Amino acid sequence: MAKTPKSELELTWKDLEVGCVISNPGNACQYKTGDWRSMKPVVDKTHCIRCGVCYIFCPDMAVHKTEDGCFEADLYYCKGCGICARECFTGCITMIPEVE
Amino acid sequence: MGERVGLEVSIAAAEAVKMANVDVIAAYPITPQTHIVEHLAEVVADGELDAEFIPVESEHSAMSVCCGSSAVGARTFTCTSSQGLALMNEIVFITASMRLPVVMVLANRSLSGPLSIWNDHSDVMSIRDCGWVQVFVENGQEVFDHIMFAFRVAESQKVSLPIIVNVDGFILTHVIEPVEFWDPETVKSYLPPFKPVNRLHPDNPVTMGAFGMPGIYTETRKAQDSALIEAKPEILKAWQEMADLTGRNYKPVESYHAEGAETLFLTMGSIGETVSVAVDELRAEGKSVGQLSLRLWRPFPFEEFRQAAAGAKRIIVLDRAVSMGGQGGPVATEIRSVLYKEKNMPVVTNFLCGFAGRDVTVDDYKAMFEKASKMSKRRVREEDYIIYGVRE
Repeated sequence: MAKTPKSELELTWKDLEVGCVISNPGNACQYKTGDWRSMKPVVDKTHCIRCGVCYIFCPDMAVHKTEDGCFEADLYYCKGCGICARECFTGCITMIPEVE
Repeated sequence: MGERVGLEVSIAAAEAVKMANVDVIAAYPITPQTHIVEHLAEVVADGELDAEFIPVESEHSAMSVCCGSSAVGARTFTCTSSQGLALMNEIVFITASMRLPVVMVLANRSLSGPLSIWNDHSDVMSIRDCGWVQVFVENGQEVFDHIMFAFRVAESQKVSLPIIVNVDGFILTHVIEPVEFWDPETVKSYLPPFKPVNRLHPDNPVTMGAFGMPGIYTETRKAQDSALIEAKPEILKAWQEMADLTGRNYKPVESYHAEGAETLFLTMGSIGETVSVAVDELRAEGKSVGQLSLRLWRPFPFEEFRQAAAGAKRIIVLDRAVSMGGQGGPVATEIRSVLYKEKNMPVVTNFLCGFAGRDVTVDDYKAMFEKASKMSKRRVREEDYIIYGVRE
C-alpha cells in the first residue's frame, strides 16, 4: 500500500473519491471481521497432527501456519464460525465463548 | 449551423445520438421510445455509426450494460419509457451513485396499471430521487439540442453524473417537426471526447461499486447530493455555450410574460407550448397571467425559481402525475416547499391533468385559470389540488 489510508470512521464525505471508487486495491484487509465473533477457536497443540485441514476449510483464510508447524486463527479476521473445529480430525480445536 | 429538416422527433433524437458519436447503445424497445432505438439499430447496422448496439433481454440488463460500458470509458446511451424505467429502477440509482455519465432519453409514459402506453410523467416521478440530472423539453429542436447538452454535461469531469432527457411520449416522440441539425464542426467544438474521471483499466486497477458499511454510507449520501447540486454551474455553462453556438438560449426556469403577472402557470415538458397559447389569449382578454416552465428538474434551480416566481399572487402548478395519498402532484408539493417562508408566498394551486395522453387544450387551461381566479386568495387546504376533468 502506497499510503496509510484513513479508516472508514475517519473519512469525511470530501475524502471520498468520485463515485466511491477504491483506488487502493486490497484495502478490504483493513476491515476487522474479528469483532463479529462470539466464540473463538482454541487449539490444543498436544493433539494437533499438523494436517492443515483447518487451514484448508477456513472460509475467511484467517488460519495460518505457526513456526512449530501447527495452525492458528488470526483473531483480527476470524469470525468464529467454528468450521475449523467441526472439520478437525483429532478434535483438538475447541470453540470457547469470547467472554472466557 | 446545419440543415433545417422536417422529420419525426424520435428520428431527430436518434440522429443527435449518432452525431454525438456514441460508443455503446444498450436498450430494449418499448412504446413510445421504439422509433429512437430502432433508428439507432439501423444506423449501426448500416455502418453509419461505429458503435456497439447491444440488444439486451430487458431494461434491467440495458442499464447494467450501460454502467459497465460507461465504467470502461465508452460514451453510452440508452432510452426507455414507463415500465422499462420501472424495470431498470434498481440499476438507475446505482448509475448515479457510481457517477457514471450515461445519457438516457426517457419517452415519458404513464405507469401501469391499468396498462397504458400514453403520455404523462408518472414514470420519471417514480425515480425523482435517483440522483440523475433531469431536464424536460418542449419540442423537437429542444430534444436534439438537449442530447448534445446531456453528453456534454454528463461527461464533464466536474459533473460525472448520468442525465435523463424527458421527452413526452407520442406528443413529442411521434410528431413531425422542423429541426435544425448541428453541423459536425459545431458538435465537435461543443462536445469534447469523453475522458472519464475513473475508468476500469488493467493498467490502473480500481474497484467500482464497492460495499458501504454504516460507518461510511452517510458520507456517500452527502457526497452524491453535493455532486448533483454542484453540477449546476456546468449545466448553466453548457447552455450558455450552446446559446453562443446556436443562438438558442435555454434556462433552468423559462419565463413567458411572467414579469408582473399576478397568476403564473408552471409547466414541464410539451404542455408548455399549449399553455403559452392560453396565456396569449388570456392576456388579450386583459388577464394578468404569465407562465414559467421548469426545464431543470434536478438539481432543482431554487434561486432561479424563486426569482422567476417573485411577485406572483398565485401559481397554478400543472402536474402530470399523482403522489398517491399525498398532497396532489409531486411538482406542486415541492413548489410549496420551495416557496415556504418566502415573503408574500403565492398561493400554490395544483391541477393534475393530462394523464395517460388525455388531451388538455387551450380552453382547458383557460378554464383552470378561471377556476383558480374564483378560489380564495389565501391557502385553503380543500383547494390544494384538483384532478382536472375527472368525471364525478
